Amino acid sequence: MPDKIITRMGDGARIELSREQIQADILAGSRDAADRGKIPELDPDELDQLFEIFADTNRIVAVKPGQEVITTDDAAAMTLIGDQADGGVALPLSAMQSVLTYERVCCADTAGIGHTDYSCKPVKPIVNFEKQKYYTLNQAVTIPLIYGTQPNLGQYFQPDGAFANPSELLPAGKIKEARQAQEAAAEQLRNDLVFVARNLYDVGCDGFNFDTAASAGDADFLAALQAIRELKQIAPKMAIELGMSSEFVLGLHGEITFDGVRLAGLYPHDQVKMAEAVGADIFGPAVNVKATKSTPWNLARAVTFVKETVRVAGIPVHPNVGMGVCGLPLYESPPIDCTTRAAKALVEIGKADGL
Amino acid sequence: MSVAHIMAAGMGGIRTAGDLVAWMQLTRRMKITEAKEYVARKLKISVMDLTDEEVMHQVRQDLDIATLPMIADGAAGIAAKCRIAELLDIELNSVNRFKAQLGTSI
Repeated sequence: MPDKIITRMGDGARIELSREQIQADILAGSRDAADRGKIPELDPDELDQLFEIFADTNRIVAVKPGQEVITTDDAAAMTLIGDQADGGVALPLSAMQSVLTYERVCCADTAGIGHTDYSCKPVKPIVNFEKQKYYTLNQAVTIPLIYGTQPNLGQYFQPDGAFANPSELLPAGKIKEARQAQEAAAEQLRNDLVFVARNLYDVGCDGFNFDTAASAGDADFLAALQAIRELKQIAPKMAIELGMSSEFVLGLHGEITFDGVRLAGLYPHDQVKMAEAVGADIFGPAVNVKATKSTPWNLARAVTFVKETVRVAGIPVHPNVGMGVCGLPLYESPPIDCTTRAAKALVEIGKADGL
Repeated sequence: MSVAHIMAAGMGGIRTAGDLVAWMQLTRRMKITEAKEYVARKLKISVMDLTDEEVMHQVRQDLDIATLPMIADGAAGIAAKCRIAELLDIELNSVNRFKAQLGTSI
């Protein structure tokens, strides 16, 4: 085995570290997650297992036969036709061609689609177009077709939306007004999420993905949880995946509770319990990446959070393993060596049910 | 990136039994081990066979539930999903809607 192991920083830059440095970073990353989340560290065997994944001299690694899991995504089936902002490759294809290619060439287990903006608010006025798109695609696709959208509460605040902007109110000391604005916007978001998802349900939608939830903090998360609970009553045959935006629900409001639980400050192993309680069928934790730390540090941290989340979950857990979350470098074209190592570690050590 | 995940850790979609196991997670909230065991029982094969192309290609062809390479007159899309729902003993919203449009419960 070589003295130096090639790996990367959290921003994607290639580095060489000694065996001892890798081991130290893995241990420190796991301890950081354990300390923040008040959860167990990886045990010595798991630390060794993660080290071996990094020490593998092959550029690409994979799970052992029999340990394969299900892939779900945030409209990755549309990346063939998307542009840079979506991680897309801008091929001149139709949505139908893109999704069928994803199914039959890429061999994905499920296919995610959505509006190109991928937020709820812009979908509402064109929901009939989205219904038609979903219906047409779903006649041709065999694998589960999942329509996704981000709650994205931020779009509801001025100047983009109708509600006063907490980012302006808070610095001005108008805390009460900022909270009221978030509560009112969350109510509108909840109604819009239910409206869009119910319309998709009416054309036979089999799965709906609330992706990047809580991106605008606890009020954003509240709207998603309330919408899911309502949808499981009025659209019971449609599976719902809840994917998070970060490891920690930001308390931009700070006092919001749901079922008696304060949402601000929840980590993945607590978030999944909320997801399960409202009826979500799959939960996608997101663990932040520090660009200034190494990938061994970041991935150890992600695996520690995911392992505990899977342990307490009664539903399948599919970690979000995109750019800048769950161990992948914060870079728009994540290097394949880190991508495959994250997949292997999250499945074999974190015991994820999917990615 | 998505393709890297699929190659490193995915089940293989309709090339093997990935879609079938995915349906069990989506419709019954099954974790991965339970979902694989359920599908393997329904297909009367071992769990290891679920991701074995040499086994699954023939299984899918015999059951006519879409396979790769595609077969010209084989079921795919909603027709395959109708057969998959029956095979796995699950209810799919898309299949329910399709059958309602046909005016049949078959």
